[in-house]
Amino acid sequence: MATQAFQKIYTKLNQITKATCSVKATDVGAEELATVGGRLAQVVKIVEDDVTLQVFAGTEGIGTDAEVIFFGKAPTLKVGTELAGRFFNAYGDPIDGGPEIDGIEVEIGGPSVNPVRREQPSELIATGIAGIDLNNTLVTGQKIPFFADPDQPYNEVMAMVALRAQSDKIILGGMGLSNDDYLFYKHAFENAGVIDRIISFMNTTEDPTVERLLVPNMALSAAEYFAAEHNEKVLVLLTDMTLYCDALSIVSNRMDQIPSKDSMPGSLYSDLAKLYEKAVQFPEGGSITIIAVTTLSGGDITHAIPDNTGYITEGQLFLKRDTDISKTVVDPFRSLSRLKQLVIGSKTRADHPQVMNTAVRLYADAANAKTKLENGFDLSDYDERVLEFAKEYSNDILAIDVNVDTDTMLDIAWELFQKYMKKEEIGIRDDLMNIYWKKA
Amino acid sequence: MTKGVVKAIIENLVQVEVSGPVSQNEICYIELGSVRLMAEVIKVLGNIAYTQVFESTRGLKPGAKVEFTEHMLEVKLGPGMLSKSYDGLQNDLNKMDGVFLKRGDYTDPLDEDSVWDFTPLLKAGDKVSGGDWLGSVPESWISHKIMVPFALTGEYTIKSIAESGNYKLTDTIAVLTDEDGNDIDVNMIQRWPVKIPIKCYEEKPRPFKLLETGVRTLDTLNPMVEGGTGFIPGPFGAGKTVLQHSISKNAEADLIIFAACGERANEVVEIFVEFPQLDDPRTGRKLMERTIIICNTSNMPVAAREASVYTAMTIAEYYRNMGLRVLLLADSTSRWAQALREMSNRMEELPGPDAFPMDLTAIVSNFYARAGFVYLKNGETGSITFIGTVSPAGGNLKEPVTESTKKAARCFYALSQSRADSKRYPAVDPIDSYSKYLEYAEVIENLNNNINPNWVESVLHTKDLLLRGREAQEQINILGDDGVPLSYHDRYWKSELVDRTILQQDAFDDIDSSTPMKRQEYMLKLVLDLCEKDFVFESFEEVMPYYMKIVNVLKQINYVKFQSAEFNSYMDDLHKIVEERSAN
Repeated sequence: MATQAFQKIYTKLNQITKATCSVKATDVGAEELATVGGRLAQVVKIVEDDVTLQVFAGTEGIGTDAEVIFFGKAPTLKVGTELAGRFFNAYGDPIDGGPEIDGIEVEIGGPSVNPVRREQPSELIATGIAGIDLNNTLVTGQKIPFFADPDQPYNEVMAMVALRAQSDKIILGGMGLSNDDYLFYKHAFENAGVIDRIISFMNTTEDPTVERLLVPNMALSAAEYFAAEHNEKVLVLLTDMTLYCDALSIVSNRMDQIPSKDSMPGSLYSDLAKLYEKAVQFPEGGSITIIAVTTLSGGDITHAIPDNTGYITEGQLFLKRDTDISKTVVDPFRSLSRLKQLVIGSKTRADHPQVMNTAVRLYADAANAKTKLENGFDLSDYDERVLEFAKEYSNDILAIDVNVDTDTMLDIAWELFQKYMKKEEIGIRDDLMNIYWKKA
Repeated sequence: MTKGVVKAIIENLVQVEVSGPVSQNEICYIELGSVRLMAEVIKVLGNIAYTQVFESTRGLKPGAKVEFTEHMLEVKLGPGMLSKSYDGLQNDLNKMDGVFLKRGDYTDPLDEDSVWDFTPLLKAGDKVSGGDWLGSVPESWISHKIMVPFALTGEYTIKSIAESGNYKLTDTIAVLTDEDGNDIDVNMIQRWPVKIPIKCYEEKPRPFKLLETGVRTLDTLNPMVEGGTGFIPGPFGAGKTVLQHSISKNAEADLIIFAACGERANEVVEIFVEFPQLDDPRTGRKLMERTIIICNTSNMPVAAREASVYTAMTIAEYYRNMGLRVLLLADSTSRWAQALREMSNRMEELPGPDAFPMDLTAIVSNFYARAGFVYLKNGETGSITFIGTVSPAGGNLKEPVTESTKKAARCFYALSQSRADSKRYPAVDPIDSYSKYLEYAEVIENLNNNINPNWVESVLHTKDLLLRGREAQEQINILGDDGVPLSYHDRYWKSELVDRTILQQDAFDDIDSSTPMKRQEYMLKLVLDLCEKDFVFESFEEVMPYYMKIVNVLKQINYVKFQSAEFNSYMDDLHKIVEERSAN
């Protein structure tokens, strides 16, 4: 972002902390962008002529005589169709060696959609993964995170979902992504031959921490451009939101704000909601769907970050290792897609909701039987049968390497019901039983 | 009018240097280029007024001009609010242009040019006071009362009143004379500050009448009453919103006000899409015609979120004073508390528990206290039933918002994660939840008179069955299936019978989603009779399959029309199954 003529330059900083500095300046607006000693910064507090700036790249080496130049505007992104296929840093500058984008300049983190102008999400996103399509169906305009422990293959699964889902654009916002993971995504997209559909905003672990605060809004502003202006179906991938929140807490700490739960700022819920709520189905057909990753520490979902996220997003997906079949599955108990009700049984086969619930219930019974077994108790005939059922269900349906359409998943489920269960143990409405329960 | 100048900006907290008097909670407008941002005074120190701005302050600079309005945050009340969708500050969302919300875009909550068919209820010479019904206009299917403005205290005489006919909202429909002989023109519009309760009623007795919601685990086990208060805490994914939506679809209320406070926009869209389609089971009209939505979703400005619950409550009080039964639902009050926390934090107040403001409990209690059943001055009755959801951090009920609410609300519908995980919806925990109203003598009397003379007794008996079932289950888990007497299995499965067929309910099934009280009575009696029976089992392995068979038939019964041919045929099936193992 180049400086422009007729800008006042201030050269006397009167306070410097690790992430912020302040300067005496006039005619400065809230949230305005500036450079401090050549580094980008944003106004976070103004008290009369005392302006506090958050320096994205950190204040290491900044002197009290550093030049402060105000831009007179909030952070912006230049949007245009030429964004497609490009890689950018957190400021929206190209990092792939390509030319600058010559587009319309829009402020990032702009206004929200009027709720009465939203459309109800109604278009199913098929991924071929039964743990998602069958049990936790995704819908355009939805926002949903993977809650994953660092050792789980969430980046692989997310890339798989992104590539299989039918979308016009995939926008990747990487926050604190390791360079290895960044290269993984890049190669995955290149190998799939979809690079012209990808736009990427990257803050890797090599970049300054606070910079990543810009990444989601950059990605979402680009998404809004394609979804609202070009009526495209846009899929936004945000990884890892936990590292984004960590950056928030650093800034709020430097600003002397009183921390709430888990040292997170009291405004964490609103901060996250402003991002996630950008997921929308526009009336003209465009949509923004957000799939994010929130890494957990030891599976603890009561931590402020996953907890606040869970209250904002429309469900969450958990991965787990099923040791019986030695595969990673999408956990049917803890995963939930809140918007699935809008499509299952209407956009998919009528037996979908009941089959889904019955299979999960039997899977739960199997988990209980397993506990019994572990505690040294005898298993009943029913226990034995649900255990067998659960194993095949896990292997043939839940495992993430299964790639079949929803009707096939339902057929497999019926086959398994019939193989292991008695009619009265199913508990599905009779009108559906009459169609799908094959008489022996 | 006092004027001021912006001195400091910290996100949406703006300090304004004022040149004259300002009052706490006074509304002011801050100029930012061509738009005016609405703000509320929340603290005054010397000549500095601390204001919370209801919009984004991006680009605001010190030196911006501020104009104070001399009134607090108000709502505009009058005919035409039904089926509207407002933001937290009562702007009509449908009147805004464009897909995106614009800062400083304030729209009229009423349609000032609309014409209403007025019928006077009083005549010249009558003595009136604030809240008295001057006349009525039909609004959708309700008779909307035009009332003496609540702000008029003391006694007034009607000097003249309009004849029956069509009038615009702004036309004078009555002239009142006060005790000093001054004339006051009254039209169909009145304003009221949202943070002050409307108290123009005679008395507020203890509530006593059941409010049917069609949700069995509420109506049967822990009933809500007209004018009662309740709250639904639960971790995410436990089904708070689905439960609230079920209640709003089926509750026996004249009017539903839905405050979507800091929650997901798509959930509000669900109401926008579904309610105009759904039939109100009692009036045959569309649900939307009895609904007002106050919508301040999580991405909308935080300060307006705080205002939204008050806006909703004030509109509820307005309709209550017309003698209507209003059901107010707020999803979620935790977001409201968080909005309070964010402002308290920005004001650098000393924090209370979890950084919430110290007076959180008082604020929550005062708000819940605005609900209730009232006798109006003319002997009619009205009520506001309030049910709020709470989203406890980490699903832990020992957090400030849940604890504060527990002190204020009379019904507690605890949603449990384990029930949600095993898809036992609605996930209301039957043992932790309670309704204090079951202890009210007047409620017991009302229930027994209207349902059956032993109703409350059988409800309490059901609760015991559930508790004993849980104890039996714990024993089975500890000692193993064959380590406990057979009767433990029987006891556990009897509680499962109640759980699976009465408490669990399919919110997405056309028939099962709402159960009228008559059917609930029938089902409870049916299930309790089954629980009284002694079934003969040889070994514990026979217990579960047998009860599952009964559960299966009862579930089919829940899915079909009450007392239809199918219903009766399932009943026959049930009797055959019962015969199989009956002891006598």
